[in-house]
Amino acid sequence: MSIEVAVRQQYAGFALDVAFGVERNGITALFGPSGAGKTTVLNAIAGLLRPEDGRIAIGGRVVFDKAARVWIPPRERRIGYVFQDARLFPHLTVERNLRFGWRRSRSRMPENEVAKVIQMLGLVPLLQRKPVHLSGGEKARVALARALLAAPDVLLLDEPLAPLDATRKNEILPYFERLRDEAGLPLIYVSHSLDEVSRLAQEIVILKEGCVAASGPIFDVLTDLQFPDFNRASPYGAVIETFIASHIETSGLTVLEFAGGELLVPRMERTIGTRLRTHIRAEDVMIAREEPRAISANNVLFAAIDDLRESTPEHIDLRLLCGATPLIARITRASRTRLALEKGVHVFAIIKSVTVAPQIS
Amino acid sequence: MLSLKVSAVAVFGALPFAIVTAAALANKKFPGKSLIDGVLHIPLVLPPVVAGYILLLIFGTRAPVGAWLNHLGIRFVFSWTGAALASGILTFPFQVRAIRFAIETIDPRLHAAAETLGAGWGDRAANLVLPLALPGIVAGAITAFAVSLGEFGAIITFVSNIPGETRTLPLAIYAALQTPGADSEAARLSALSILLAVLGLALAELANRRARAVIGT
Repeated sequence: MSIEVAVRQQYAGFALDVAFGVERNGITALFGPSGAGKTTVLNAIAGLLRPEDGRIAIGGRVVFDKAARVWIPPRERRIGYVFQDARLFPHLTVERNLRFGWRRSRSRMPENEVAKVIQMLGLVPLLQRKPVHLSGGEKARVALARALLAAPDVLLLDEPLAPLDATRKNEILPYFERLRDEAGLPLIYVSHSLDEVSRLAQEIVILKEGCVAASGPIFDVLTDLQFPDFNRASPYGAVIETFIASHIETSGLTVLEFAGGELLVPRMERTIGTRLRTHIRAEDVMIAREEPRAISANNVLFAAIDDLRESTPEHIDLRLLCGATPLIARITRASRTRLALEKGVHVFAIIKSVTVAPQIS
Repeated sequence: MLSLKVSAVAVFGALPFAIVTAAALANKKFPGKSLIDGVLHIPLVLPPVVAGYILLLIFGTRAPVGAWLNHLGIRFVFSWTGAALASGILTFPFQVRAIRFAIETIDPRLHAAAETLGAGWGDRAANLVLPLALPGIVAGAITAFAVSLGEFGAIITFVSNIPGETRTLPLAIYAALQTPGADSEAARLSALSILLAVLGLALAELANRRARAVIGT
């Protein structure tokens, strides 16, 4: 299912002019600071807002086209919308909330699939409760299930985790990861949290002051040195997609495999094959011109310098390509001069096992 | 009991109109909205006797509307239905105000949520607005009912004081006071009247609490 979005809207002192496409299932993050126009774009896709100009197509079906005077109202767009504030109907039980969209959908989801969604989001014990008796995390899960049960063509999520504290967030994140991997539909996920986005998204569209500042596969965009918005983010670094290849019993290490190499990390109690994203901080990556020997660090990766940029007067950021996987290293200007590092030079990236932070799903 | 019948018919007869009026005033912006809002409140400030007189002018057997209705076999003057009509009109603002307030307090963001889930306009009115406004509707009806029980001026002017036909509780008290030696009867009816009023208030409060429990606030 593909989605094409082009929206133009003029407000007093603020112009929105956004165009992007979503080509595949999975999570596309709509990322940017508050006031960048993220929710406006989402509302335009949902039909809750009628833009002054533009064109929106969902799976080839045009739902809005200013020039061709096409306008399909929200209830016929087959979208699922998960609001930041959940917006559960207060007078209905969880079960009747869940069935609200399901009852009204054109092709009702079969009961066994309904049961699967309710199971997946852990809602079985909550079905007879009223929304007022739910915690924030439970509300978020009910809102997500309610949208899913309407069998939408696309799921729109407006900062669904923003009102939750860190503990609740970590409780819900795995549900989103399963959804991303199992639901088989595109999700557009609005967020201003780099942490959430780097954990969940596959594609990213960055909005800034009403325009698309960058877009593409998330690991490429987040490590793009020419797009410096992230290098002040803390901790700054690359996120790479890995899976557990094996456990080395004798040394107490776990092997994570990624496109372009292996990472050794302290033993993780996870089954082989588990997919996880791993954050490697820029300041934890050392650079050597020659292969170091007799070194305590477990990971020495062969890489090529793809790009470099002076991030501060003292620091240089390097974008390294380790196979197809981008990494970021932050070194001092002095080191760069001493090692004569330039674009295209081959180096060894040294990463201590203990500094690698896998995000377990 | 005639009073209860008159008030019940007055309240339930006016209810559908009250809901529609309240919904229109709560949601829509339309030309003449403030005019309608103003007209609606006239029964609150109009002396009831004047209201009764106006009704007589409209629905009297020789008045145009009254004559036409009479032709159809409907007669309001000197009939208990006329008492109900007068009560219904005079307590209409109480109902509209309560329902309108209830509708206005519904979170408009719920409408957007319902819309993305496939609910059209009528669907939302029936399954979102009505259930959420129900407490207000019940509270408004009870208040109107209680006020209606005390209606005197408009009824006596419009439909007179006919025993067994239009003599509601306040009219009966008045009649008893006019009759020598019926003081105890007047006292008895007054006590009943007070009892009904207190009961009405208690019911309204009960409905209010029940409603809050439904919505969960």
